[in-house]
Amino acid sequence: MYVTIDGIEKSFINERKEQVQVLDHIDIDMEKGSFVSIVGPSGCGKSTLLYMIAGLEKADKGSIRIAGNEVKKPGPDRVVVFQEAGLFPWLTVLENVKYGLLLKKMPKQEAETKAIDMLKMVHLSNYIHSYPHQLSGGMKQRVSIARALVMEPDILLMDEPFSALDEQTRMVLHKELIDIWKKTKVTIFFVTHNIREAVLLSEKVIVFGTRPGKVKEIIPVPTSTDGVLPDSVTLHTEQRILAILEEEIEKVLKEEMGDDYSFTTNHLHRNDSGDMGSHI
Amino acid sequence: MIAVIWEVTSRLSVLPDFMFPRLTQVLETLFNGLVNGQIVAAIGKSMSRLLIGFAIAIVLGVIMGYLIWRYKLVEDTLGFLVTALQSIPSIVWFPLAIIWFGLNDFSILFIVTIGATWTMTVSATSGFRNVPTLYQRVAKTFGSTGVHFIRTVILPASVPQLLSGLRIAWAFSWRALMAGELLGSGGGLGQLLETGRSLGQMDLVISVMIIIAVIGTIMDNVVFLRLERSVQKKWGLA
Repeated sequence: MYVTIDGIEKSFINERKEQVQVLDHIDIDMEKGSFVSIVGPSGCGKSTLLYMIAGLEKADKGSIRIAGNEVKKPGPDRVVVFQEAGLFPWLTVLENVKYGLLLKKMPKQEAETKAIDMLKMVHLSNYIHSYPHQLSGGMKQRVSIARALVMEPDILLMDEPFSALDEQTRMVLHKELIDIWKKTKVTIFFVTHNIREAVLLSEKVIVFGTRPGKVKEIIPVPTSTDGVLPDSVTLHTEQRILAILEEEIEKVLKEEMGDDYSFTTNHLHRNDSGDMGSHI
Repeated sequence: MIAVIWEVTSRLSVLPDFMFPRLTQVLETLFNGLVNGQIVAAIGKSMSRLLIGFAIAIVLGVIMGYLIWRYKLVEDTLGFLVTALQSIPSIVWFPLAIIWFGLNDFSILFIVTIGATWTMTVSATSGFRNVPTLYQRVAKTFGSTGVHFIRTVILPASVPQLLSGLRIAWAFSWRALMAGELLGSGGGLGQLLETGRSLGQMDLVISVMIIIAVIGTIMDNVVFLRLERSVQKKWGLA
């Protein structure tokens, strides 16, 4: 296997000084050039797992190997696209995209050409000399994707990259991402809480359970035509995932809203006057 | 309006001319001082001290700010000390400086530097602390480490806060400089004030005060305000 995640465990200490396990024995294998998504309720540790692959966080137990090499620290072979674009506001769009290339000691001229080519690929060639604050949210995220792809990483790690965008922009970017993936054949590890997004984009969806985070089920997605519009197959897969997640969502809600909450049967507290604010 | 009131009250007041000079007299002294080079030389002297002291303070402040931000041990020790030292007006250091370095240029330079260093340290620390984790993570995944990381992420990301620190530090060292020159020796605007007092020339004293106000306003409104505006514009904060 290209990416091997083997027996990862991770705990945090919360405000009450209790140890909370966020990841419990995670085993995942990914093939080179595959597009794998992780869905799960908030707080299930999916982003933490992504940061571990990136090398930004360390596991308590277990190991992550990419093409046989163990991940120890961040590196340009595994680039992350974050939820917020995270462009450096003091650099222009072009300089932002060049940042990583110059770090790789690429000659200036070559870096500039590559960066411009990549910005063309995400349809931003008119904005190369703008500063990030002059761009819309979707454009910023496109720059951020260009900045990651220009590094020609082995793996592209995406942490809910489209969740802060509006629906139309998201649809356009989905299409662009699929095109780019087909063109570059980069391995993509995609974290999202949007089930539809996961099903539409990826070849394999990993459903995460919560408290502690663990793999509940791995669902292969029958390849859809263009990755933009849902059809009956993807809708069916979506519902299957939703059914798996329902139980998990209820677990989270119970913890947050009190024990008498039930997601499937009723959406209100039986005695909400008595319970108001008591858990805050 | 103020000018007219000044001129009239000065002419009518019972105070002698040397204590409450007329506006016209002050302007004349100011003009003569500028022409014959007395005031110009003093400005040059003061500014050179200020710039040297200020530059040293910025470098020291940024380095200490970095150490406090980076190492917990330094934060607990030096960080606490800096907060305490910041509350000491820098002119208080002057007696010590005279004993250490003698009544000379170096003592004045010392208090100018001390005056700006602590505020610069505090601003730099908070500037570094407020660099968003996101930028740091982005840079790290691209493989940025060490000096490159500091130079390309930490420093530019804290520019807005460093700038406001610079502005306060400037004001502090400017005040320290005047106090130091008044008490010290070796020329400069503060020394000129002292000369005016001992010669009983209040027109000279007021001329120097005008010069001080003009330089202060120019630095604040022209230099720092412009720098801040240009950064705000570039970052899209305005």
